[in-house]
Amino acid sequence: MIRINCPFCGERDHAEFNYGGDATIEYPALDAPVEDWVQAVYERENIRGVQFETWHHQFGCRMWIVVERDTMTHEIHSVRPAHEGIGSALKGAGQ
Amino acid sequence: MTRYNAWNVFKNGLTGQKGWDRAWRDPEPRSEYDVIIVGAGLHGLATAYYLAKEHGLKNVAVVEKGWLGGGNAGRNTTIVRSNYMLPGNRQFYEKSLSLWENLTNELNYNVMFSQRAHITLLHSPAARDAAARRYNTMRNTGSDGELWDLAKLKKEVPHLNYNNSRFPIMGAAVQPRAGNARHDAVAWGYARGADMQGVDILQNREVTAIKRENGRVTGVETSRGFIKGKKVALAVAGNSSRLWQMAGFNTLPIETHKLQAFVSEPLKPLLDQVVVFGVGHAHFYISQSDKGGMVFGGDIDWYKSYAQRGNLPLVQDVAECAVSMMPCIGRVRLLRHWSGVMDMSMDGSPFICKTPIDNLYLNAGWNYGGFKASPASGWYFSDLIANDRPDPVIAGHTLDRFQRGYIIDERGAGPDPKLHG
Repeated sequence: MIRINCPFCGERDHAEFNYGGDATIEYPALDAPVEDWVQAVYERENIRGVQFETWHHQFGCRMWIVVERDTMTHEIHSVRPAHEGIGSALKGAGQ
Repeated sequence: MTRYNAWNVFKNGLTGQKGWDRAWRDPEPRSEYDVIIVGAGLHGLATAYYLAKEHGLKNVAVVEKGWLGGGNAGRNTTIVRSNYMLPGNRQFYEKSLSLWENLTNELNYNVMFSQRAHITLLHSPAARDAAARRYNTMRNTGSDGELWDLAKLKKEVPHLNYNNSRFPIMGAAVQPRAGNARHDAVAWGYARGADMQGVDILQNREVTAIKRENGRVTGVETSRGFIKGKKVALAVAGNSSRLWQMAGFNTLPIETHKLQAFVSEPLKPLLDQVVVFGVGHAHFYISQSDKGGMVFGGDIDWYKSYAQRGNLPLVQDVAECAVSMMPCIGRVRLLRHWSGVMDMSMDGSPFICKTPIDNLYLNAGWNYGGFKASPASGWYFSDLIANDRPDPVIAGHTLDRFQRGYIIDERGAGPDPKLHG
């Protein structure tokens, strides 16, 4: 079991999460050339080693997070929310 | 090389088994090869065999980082079937099944191919309709396929859980000519067959770089020296992206995921066929090996990984499927379990194609269907390498099919590699 330290819930089993994919993908503008879209949708660097990837805490807070993980050893180096500022924004909404 | 036949078995039985040659040599590399194949797995070895046998190219090397057949060749569930529907895949896997049917004779090596039938359980009218369409397509294109009702299925496979109220079994889609084979024997048979024709299998030489000059590949740098080659062909499922980057490219439509499988302690004969259960995200397939072990597996681990070891949540998922579909094996103990790294492609179909470098060829993206595909993979890949043009059957299995809009997505799962099984 991989243990992922969710920024919102604390350390949880990876079985609570769904793997998203490569977190470095940037989708191009809607009117960008088809080559740019093919690159974003289909092409992957497929790193063996440390990569940034998205996970969805489906059976927890349901937030998307970005995990820096080694794909060979499964060691996790960092975890952060996928959307910057979401934590403080939510705190504000709750008040 | 001593052929394997009844006379030689008899003769060596009387002479202390001293007349057998080793099955393949352990040669030093030659100064230059016509073709260098990277990866001595089933696909690489089959490619080398057919290059020599069908295309007369005998100055061929297969370079392997470990020992031959030590990767996914030994990390699968040995299932052979051709129940694919889409154009290209349909003909390709049918060709593969027809090659399997004569493989033992072809290689003079008993690959223990057993056409015991492949049974896909059906749990809803919609699944039955989809199976009818798929299996009718198969029958109309020269293959075999049957739909079994519940009475027939109960008679043929009595030990399934027919009282499962969550996923009641309604019947099955069956391919009688499908079955399984002995995985090691396939690797050893192709290796021996290729070696007999002069192919050099160079083990314990990890490729560390692919050398290029003036837009062409000149050979491969290995952990034990440079090997020069006129053509280089990649067949390294799981690590295709890494080799691709060694050749100077950036990205492939592939992610590497790991797939686990399991074998139990040996039992007396229990299951005569390959049985598959798949509903939503539950996926389970099981057969019984000739030694009696129940061989079974499920889905990939759902996250990208190059580690050749599995993780426990998937073990639990597979065990849950096992006891819900075949409760009688609930107390059987596991003997071994293993994990292999897969090229999961963006549409679930493979690549056998030329590359932007004229004398570099790619064989990749087999998802978890590579075992059954290996004879046809070698057949068509060797044809591509020898003749520098794709056979019409594999003409669609190119890297640019995504850009052209001609994806080959059997599941209709979309561009997410982990969803293609």
